Amino acid sequence: MTNEKPYRIAIASGKGGTGKTLLSTNLADYLAQEKAVVLADLDVEEPNDALFFKAEIQQSEIQYKMIPDWQAETCTLCGDCVKYCKFNAIIKIGEYITVFNELCHSCYACSELCPAQALPMKPNRIGITNAIKSGRIQLVESRLDIGQEQAVPLIHDTQKYIQDHFSPIAIQLFDCPPGTSCPVIAAVADADFVLLVSEPTPFGLHDLKLAVETMQLLGKAYAVVINRADLGTNELENWCQQEQIPIAARIPFDRDIATTYATGELAWRSNSNLEKALKSLVEYLHERKEVYA
Amino acid sequence: MRELVILSGKGGTGKTSLTASFGLLAAGTVVLADCDVDASNLHLLMKPEVMSAEAFFSGELAHINPESCIGCGKCEEVCRFDAISHQAKTYRINSLNCEGCGYCAVICPTQAIDMNPARSGNLFVSEIKSGDIMAHARLFPGADNSGKLVARVKMEAKKLAEKYNRELIIVDGAPGIGCPVISSLSGADYVILVTEPSASGLHDLMRLVEVLKKFRLKAGCIINKADLHPEKAVEIEDFCKAYEIDILGKLPYDKAFTEAMIEGKTIIETNKSIRIVLEEIWNNINLKSI
Repeated sequence: MTNEKPYRIAIASGKGGTGKTLLSTNLADYLAQEKAVVLADLDVEEPNDALFFKAEIQQSEIQYKMIPDWQAETCTLCGDCVKYCKFNAIIKIGEYITVFNELCHSCYACSELCPAQALPMKPNRIGITNAIKSGRIQLVESRLDIGQEQAVPLIHDTQKYIQDHFSPIAIQLFDCPPGTSCPVIAAVADADFVLLVSEPTPFGLHDLKLAVETMQLLGKAYAVVINRADLGTNELENWCQQEQIPIAARIPFDRDIATTYATGELAWRSNSNLEKALKSLVEYLHERKEVYA
Repeated sequence: MRELVILSGKGGTGKTSLTASFGLLAAGTVVLADCDVDASNLHLLMKPEVMSAEAFFSGELAHINPESCIGCGKCEEVCRFDAISHQAKTYRINSLNCEGCGYCAVICPTQAIDMNPARSGNLFVSEIKSGDIMAHARLFPGADNSGKLVARVKMEAKKLAEKYNRELIIVDGAPGIGCPVISSLSGADYVILVTEPSASGLHDLMRLVEVLKKFRLKAGCIINKADLHPEKAVEIEDFCKAYEIDILGKLPYDKAFTEAMIEGKTIIETNKSIRIVLEEIWNNINLKSI
């Protein structure tokens, strides 16, 4: 069993606020009745999963991004670094070279191509990863430092942290950031399966289409979870049918779920509507996993 | 010219519904900018007639020319982004992973790698249903650099405001606190924070306010769905007071917002009592932001 690769499920959405965190935290807690689960909060700009588990941080690791560190004594001011940097992260003013950390993509070109080796790479803090244990749930969250702009390097660091520390845990859930651009691509990259959480409103459908397009581009297997399923219209459901996109579960609109979520509690423990939805989702995933294996 | 930016930290708190409503309340004086370029929704409520469209290019993508490639593998060795792979001696770029740094092109001994401009989306200028103008965009799924497209949309909105002699720009922002959000803050005069009384709503608001503090930006807060959790709403108010953030008003948790959206309308077009609350909030915004 220990040699088996973990089954990794990403929980994503185009639109924000559709219920990714609601689903990730409650699904993790539901699954943890029977087995150990990794829950990874990859929404590093706004991580919320830990709010739902009242447990202490066991271990923290500062995360870094590599950036060039200019050495004035060795620099010959040839200006090659400025020329090589496609991100305008390096400028030369008079006899000084300045590096803009936020613009740097850590490609190493300036550093390794510098004829005088005057730009060694050095680590620059971008955030922190916390490991938190709550019962059978191993929660890993990363928090981007305030003012840092790039989420992607921290998402990669978090995935690596999980691989290094928790790869024997067979079920892993990745709570992803909203949107369809680079942070989402990075967050779903390792996933075996993606659950796209949406809601049956015009905004929900519009953004679900973009999310589906993104998953197709990445060649990911995916299914939709409809949250607040009876709130809007049938349009989203019809569209999924027409496009032959599987619907893995439906969570009904229920003010009690919203209130319990708002309090920072796991709603499935007290709400039978959510419990039923999770049960059918887990059944769906079991079938999927057998297909996958 | 005054620039208002609407942000939330957490997604789904009602930024777009409120941007659209304020846009209509300010009709005749405003240019709108949809800077949530990954998941733009403002157009669904504003019924834009596209006046002009242009391709948006940002950065570059590497391309390997198979005739010149000798299969030495140096490019794969230097690539930090896992964007180059090979089968036997055939090397390929995975454009979804390519960041366009150009290191491979510099290191290639036979100059077999070209760097080409990367088209990452479209930029639109449209007339909306109020007769006003809106700048909006669509980032291609999986594209890089949404921060740059945000900057481009904002620049376009500024040009339009000058051209049509409008004194106000309202910007619908992205969730989070990363590059698209920071990009949407440049040049902002006042930030309107839309939040909801939940543990995550407050947590995300607090992180966003830290970002605003860093840039010394003035802000006011609207508590949406305020009756969902009255105690959390009080916590949000206390937090705002402590951080000198104006409380602009509160809105109820009401299905009327969803129903308006389904009709493709803003809430002020469909619901009188919420319209009155929003008019008052809009007056507060104008008082505080001038």
